[in-house]
Amino acid sequence: MSALRYQVKGIYKELLFLGRSYPLGYDYFRTRCHAAFSKAANITDEEEVKKRIELAKYVKKEIEALYYLKKYRAIKRMYT
Amino acid sequence: MSTLRILVPVKRVIDYAVKPRVNKAQTAVETAGVKHSMNPFDELSVEESVRLREKHTAKTVEDILALSIGPPKAADTLRTAMAMGCDRSIHIEMAEKDEMLEPLQVAKILKEVVEKENRNLVILGKQSIDDDASQTGQMLAGLLGWGQAYGASEVTLEGDQLKVRREVDGGTEVVKGKLPMVVTTDLRLNEPRYASLPNIMKAKKKKLEKKKLEDFQFRAENRLKTLKVTEPPPRQGGGKVENVDGLISKLKELGAL
Repeated sequence: MSALRYQVKGIYKELLFLGRSYPLGYDYFRTRCHAAFSKAANITDEEEVKKRIELAKYVKKEIEALYYLKKYRAIKRMYT
Repeated sequence: MSTLRILVPVKRVIDYAVKPRVNKAQTAVETAGVKHSMNPFDELSVEESVRLREKHTAKTVEDILALSIGPPKAADTLRTAMAMGCDRSIHIEMAEKDEMLEPLQVAKILKEVVEKENRNLVILGKQSIDDDASQTGQMLAGLLGWGQAYGASEVTLEGDQLKVRREVDGGTEVVKGKLPMVVTTDLRLNEPRYASLPNIMKAKKKKLEKKKLEDFQFRAENRLKTLKVTEPPPRQGGGKVENVDGLISKLKELGAL
């Protein structure tokens, strides 16, 4: 159980770190991210927790892709 | 198969998403309290050198060295570069108030670093998004007498040769050159990875060497003097016309007909 607990905490921290450069601001991101995690706080089934961690990882990838595309498009607009 | 020792110069610039403001004295762009990040074109060059290592064996790419010339905070940019996969870095420190170096000076410093650190490949961003000079790579190649590929959109290593697909007007051009070489990156080269939190933490253990401008032989003053910096005039809004007659009279009025 505790191993999973650290994983959850880790992914939460990573998401918050990503949130620092979120286009709508850190506060917007943090409240929503925190709400999503606290809603899932009472899940005790290990399989379910693992599934949620996978979901969080997926969201992380999506946010990274969002940042990349945002930057790519901005630079493309500037230079081509 | 020759081993690559790559130098990746990176620059700390005002973040691409920030709208730059001219300072009150009209001498420069306001940098105090503005978000800075790594020049996007340099991110591409960091990513490309890391990918060269991933595509080949670790032996092929012996060492990736990141370098930055700038104020103390440029160290953060180097940390990001190391979090993305560079092995170590050199920070040539300048005072916050110092004038920015011109491309020629930067190229001269880079040349000294290349010789001292025995590099055989330099991957640079084709330009920085702050002064858009787009000169450093070319000048460096000239000073070193190396081959260069400007605006790379694909880089492949074939033995001791480098095949580079370049972006040119209306298409691409494939050039091949023998190492050592200078490569400058274009926007479509790759998708830079995000420097994740754990990697940034790990990068703190990597070596960051601090140097001063005085450690280098070059002594040159800036050749250009910035006289005045002004913002572009605000865009004039367009007008609407009621019908075709209105359009024609408007065009006549503007002298287009």
